[in-house]
Amino acid sequence: MHPFAYTAAQTPQDVTTRGSHPPHPDILAGGTDLLQLLKERVRTPAELIDINGLDLGGIDEKNGCLRVGALVRMSELAADPRVTRDWPVVSKALLDSASAQVRNMASIAGNLLQRTRCPYFRDATTPCNKRDPGTGCSALDGLNRTHAILGTSDRCIAAHPSDLAVALVALDARISILGPDGEDEVAVENLHRLPGDTPHMETVLQPGDLITAIHIPASECARRSHYVKVRDRASFEWALVSAAVGLDMDGGTISDARVAVGGVGTKPWRLRTVESLLIGKAPGPQVFKAAADRAADGAQPRGGNAYKVELLKHTVTRALMELGGCA
Amino acid sequence: MTDTAMTVIGQSVIGKPVSRVDGRAKVTGAATYAGEFRPDRLAHAAVVTSTIPAGRIRALFADAAESSPGVLVVATHHNAPRLPYNSMAQRPQVDPQAGDQLRVLQSPEIRFNGQPIAVVVAETLEQATHAAALIRVEYDPAPAVTRFEEAAKSPRKPSAGKPTDLARGDADAALAAAQVTIDATYDQPMEHHNAIEPHVTIAAWDGDRLTLWDKTQWVGNDRAEIAHVFGIPEEDIRVVSPFVGGAFGSALRTWPHVTLAAIAAKMAGRPVKLELTRRQLFSAIGFRPRTVQRVALGAEADGRLTALIQEAVGHTSQYEDYAETTVEPASMLYSCPNLRTAYRLAPMNINSPCPMRAPGVVTGVLALEMAMDELAEAAGVDPLDLRLRNYAERDENKDLPWSSKGLRDCYKTAAERFGWSGRSPKPGSMRDGRELVGWGMATAVYPTHRAAASASVVIRDDGTAVVRSAASDMGPGTYTSMTQVAAEALDLPVERVRFELGDTDLPKAPVHGGSITMASVGSAVQAACVAARARMRALSNAVDPVRGADYAEILRRHGLPQVDVEADAAPGIEQKRFSMYAFGAIFAEVRVDPDLGTVRVPRLVGAYGSGRIVNPKTARSQCVGGMVLGLGMALSEQSEWDDRFGKVMNANLAEYLVPVNADVPHLDVTFVDEHDPHVNPLGVKGLAEIAAVGVTPAIANAVHHATGIRFRSLPITPDKVLAGLSKKR
Ligand SMILES: Cc1cc2nc3c(=O)[nH]c(=O)nc-3n(C[C@H](O)[C@H](O)[C@H](O)COP(=O)(O)OP(=O)(O)OC[C@H]3O[C@@H](n4cnc5c(N)ncnc54)[C@H](O)[C@@H]3O)c2cc1C
Ligand code: SF4
Repeated sequence: MHPFAYTAAQTPQDVTTRGSHPPHPDILAGGTDLLQLLKERVRTPAELIDINGLDLGGIDEKNGCLRVGALVRMSELAADPRVTRDWPVVSKALLDSASAQVRNMASIAGNLLQRTRCPYFRDATTPCNKRDPGTGCSALDGLNRTHAILGTSDRCIAAHPSDLAVALVALDARISILGPDGEDEVAVENLHRLPGDTPHMETVLQPGDLITAIHIPASECARRSHYVKVRDRASFEWALVSAAVGLDMDGGTISDARVAVGGVGTKPWRLRTVESLLIGKAPGPQVFKAAADRAADGAQPRGGNAYKVELLKHTVTRALMELGGCA
Repeated sequence: MTDTAMTVIGQSVIGKPVSRVDGRAKVTGAATYAGEFRPDRLAHAAVVTSTIPAGRIRALFADAAESSPGVLVVATHHNAPRLPYNSMAQRPQVDPQAGDQLRVLQSPEIRFNGQPIAVVVAETLEQATHAAALIRVEYDPAPAVTRFEEAAKSPRKPSAGKPTDLARGDADAALAAAQVTIDATYDQPMEHHNAIEPHVTIAAWDGDRLTLWDKTQWVGNDRAEIAHVFGIPEEDIRVVSPFVGGAFGSALRTWPHVTLAAIAAKMAGRPVKLELTRRQLFSAIGFRPRTVQRVALGAEADGRLTALIQEAVGHTSQYEDYAETTVEPASMLYSCPNLRTAYRLAPMNINSPCPMRAPGVVTGVLALEMAMDELAEAAGVDPLDLRLRNYAERDENKDLPWSSKGLRDCYKTAAERFGWSGRSPKPGSMRDGRELVGWGMATAVYPTHRAAASASVVIRDDGTAVVRSAASDMGPGTYTSMTQVAAEALDLPVERVRFELGDTDLPKAPVHGGSITMASVGSAVQAACVAARARMRALSNAVDPVRGADYAEILRRHGLPQVDVEADAAPGIEQKRFSMYAFGAIFAEVRVDPDLGTVRVPRLVGAYGSGRIVNPKTARSQCVGGMVLGLGMALSEQSEWDDRFGKVMNANLAEYLVPVNADVPHLDVTFVDEHDPHVNPLGVKGLAEIAAVGVTPAIANAVHHATGIRFRSLPITPDKVLAGLSKKR
């Protein structure tokens, strides 16, 4: 491990001040991802600033919106009775993530900011544009069974690993950011960037930015929501493909729909075309399947991940069918 | 020898489900594993590995590392002692039988990606790890063979070891003439053991004497190998390894990092602990080689085999011929007049493979048993009936009778417990809602070996006994089963007997591998205990065997604090008169989601004919462990190799997918009654490896039954299942 200085932040301002000045310390929350990256020398920060002492916990419901502190642990959010009742997709996405031990440690903000599982990114000896800009992308013509098919570029095809982010993007969740210049809010959907020519720049966050909370609006789609995750083994693995879906019904027709998918995008991926094909229709296998058939529009598979095109459609169909009571 | 078991009297503890005698120590953390010893002034090592697969180190810059805080020494090929690496009169069977082991820090030559090229020793692990990253290396790369397909194009015969090319009759002619034929190729990927305990060695020199606390399945061989590497007498080395946190074969050999630890300790003048990182475990120790096999079967219309051809190619390193007995089961598992087998090696720029639970046998049987399932379908015969029609009444390879063979019982028992008779033969015909249900089965087999072993007994005047042998317990329960054997032979309750192992100061034991520990060490323990009891009887002048309860009094009467007895036990002529194998039958149910491509296994049923079961509790534990291994092999485990870099990319436990609890189904284990008077005095056949055999093909065959598709390349992951199903649609 690279030697680093350790600071325990006393106030959020400690983070924004120290963070916006060299050496730009890395923020340490649960450490479940950051420690791996430090040990593998993927990250070699000169300083870590530990935010665990800050008052960034708590789950509150206000004005039809759930406010979740950045340091709330995955297990706590997953088990919250309000979440299991009114935002089931959030709970399911969390429970389908990692293991009980990891979830007890891992924070909500850290989850959104965990780095890709691309094996080349995590092996500091192989070329990787995301880790070492300009060195090349080893996955393009390498092992890419787990990589993205949507939002890719010829510089990077790494899939975004978070399950929670998929659910949050489906529900129009937003995050609060405290930066050196004050507070700001962004939609989770706009937190991550496409790789383009700069795959090393993953989010819109600037040095010194601290995520303080996540806001998840209540909606009929949130109340009637579901998460389906496909993976090689039954648990403790990131998604090959996943789908977060929500449906609002007006009598016999779908009045609103939310579909976001994971394991396939370079960022958590919302499927608005699929949503629009559902709205105004009566729920049923045909409708679900026809809509899901458009889920992989624009996909650019690279060999090993070609199966994801079909699997994506099937997974979205399955999620809708299970939610719509057709499965 | 074979009669000693008959002299035992009293209540039998052999066969009782005794709980692990070391269980409490393990769960409370009181058991000291190799890496937990704390010799004074212990320093820590970090290993630097190559980043190219072939070539030479042109320059290695260690200055920055050397001047980094806490660093004691940086060992490289420039400054490490030149070691003699004396050849051994006879190679231990755990080493490849041809080639030359990797010599560490002796030259700038690079033979694989991940080869150790330097060791940094520092006061703390963090300091050592950091300094290791400061070492800069320049290479002159050379062309490397990193593509299996390329290496397999011109494979070669192993240049030493057991013959692998067997033949009887004319298999090719019989195949050409057969009424029903199958000819298919099966691909099993490279796999790594991934025991939870990483490999670790602590080396401490005291003048010319060396102590090694090492994760090893064979302290005796560690000592012998290091003695040869360093050119020092074996007597000057002590190896201690009381607990092993899983090994599955990875700790059979003495790996280069053991030498590295000893070099580092010598150069630092301090005891040194060297623990490999999880990523390093994917290049510093061996693995199950990728093996591609052709199986061709010819049969009469009723399924009776007339021809069997099995040809395998497995990869090995550039410096050693690691060969497996992959094609051996084909020679004896079924009755077949015409047979031809071949085994070839594809050398690559990779470290040497090594045995992994049921090495070779697992691999050979999975191809053979998947082919048998294909034959059953082609001949229109139930898969179980096909096995019964081809039942081998004697070993047609060795032309010997079986010492015992409970396989018919295994088939019957497992089939009944599974409910096999309710199987609808047509693939895809059993459904549960949207899920495709598949039932498959396979035969399991593993040879029963035995080696010479010694054990000692001390009976003390407090009426307790300590029994010792330099054996190992990597998880099967050696401590417990040996305690039972000793307690029975000594007529003492198990609480009054303590068994000690894992130290070269103890009487010699063979390798803890090949499922031989119970047969070998168990026989020695029994012999020593029987002799000790006879000594007590002599002391007491009794006509009848003495009771254990009387030991204390007898010793006190003679004013003896204790009685010491040592005994040896070795296999005899019986090995030439009988063919000895354990057999089993495995039945699997799978559920395939036809839309998502996932395969889940709700239940596995296994029945085993493995001689006498010393402890049904630990024996069951062995079998369920083996089932889980087979499950991983069938559905998720593979070391993902990148041809371009010549390395495994999923070198961690998050992405090397061993089954997790949610994958593990209901596991049903039965041992059929099997009395084998020939194998060894205890009548045991060993369970460690047979437990892993046959599970993978049973699952693969069930997947075929569910989907109608043959997946001949493992593991059967959702991408493959979806591709197969969409081709069929
Ligand atoms: C074995 C394993 C399996 C896993 N499986 C899954 C899975 O199936 N699905 C899934 O979604 N995840 C999975 N994870 C990932 C896990 O959910 C993340 O590691 C975890 O959520 C990260 O949270 P943390 O608090 O530990 O973050 P840390 O590791 O502490 O930090 C992660 C990143 O976030 C930054 N950060 C943290 N908090 C803030 C903040 N408040 N403001 C700004 N930056 C911040 C850190 O600087 C760092 O860059 C798995 C992890 C492991 C180890
Ligand atoms: S896909 Fe992205 S993360 Fe992976 S190697 Fe390419 S650039 Fe690096």
